[in-house]
Amino acid sequence: MKHFLDITNETCPMTFVKVKLQLAKMDSGETLEVLLNEGEPLENVPRSCEEQGFKVLSNEPTDNNKHLILIEK
Amino acid sequence: MNLPVDKKKISIVCFSGDFDKMVAAFTVATGAAATNREVTMFFTFWGLNALKKKKGRIATGKSLMAKAFNFLMGGINNLPLSRLNFFGASPKLMTMMMKQHNVATLPELVEAAHALGIRIVACEMAMKILEVEQSDMIEEVESVVGVATFLNESENSHIIFI
Repeated sequence: MKHFLDITNETCPMTFVKVKLQLAKMDSGETLEVLLNEGEPLENVPRSCEEQGFKVLSNEPTDNNKHLILIEK
Repeated sequence: MNLPVDKKKISIVCFSGDFDKMVAAFTVATGAAATNREVTMFFTFWGLNALKKKKGRIATGKSLMAKAFNFLMGGINNLPLSRLNFFGASPKLMTMMMKQHNVATLPELVEAAHALGIRIVACEMAMKILEVEQSDMIEEVESVVGVATFLNESENSHIIFI
């Protein structure tokens, strides 16, 4: 199952917190698509997901300096 | 959740009961927990006010002095700003500004801390002085500990004092 989370209106630390809590609710093998802003969220959300052992499957720029990343739990 | 063996640990001593410093403590704590660190928050002295079950001004304690102190300090809704407090108006104004800028408010940070499983412990000595019992505090307080226990448990942690 694919989940979606938009954290473009969030600021630190809720950007990481919302991603972490969403991933905690999901089952292993499920994917999470996250829409985030460039800068701090783009630099750190994918990295912290990988540090926790999750796979970042893709990272694509979208409009208005945003990125869409796909994470597999 | 299975945690890697080499998980980084952070212990935050929440000494100050100032609104802005408590926001800083919970921001660091939740950010650390969300980025895979094991976090303990040790509340002592003025910091204990943030853990009181009653969020407003209640005369907790047995002695007159403790009751007076606890009433005047109040709970998490009464934390003063460390500067420019203006008799308690500023924390409310600051919360409005935080909301305007989509920054998590203190209650939201506290809720996130609980959801992330951050360990919350309270200082035995400060509780004794202020006559605050564990039953006067929120149920998320995992245990009441002394400094030796805190230091032992923080042996491989970064300790931050706020």
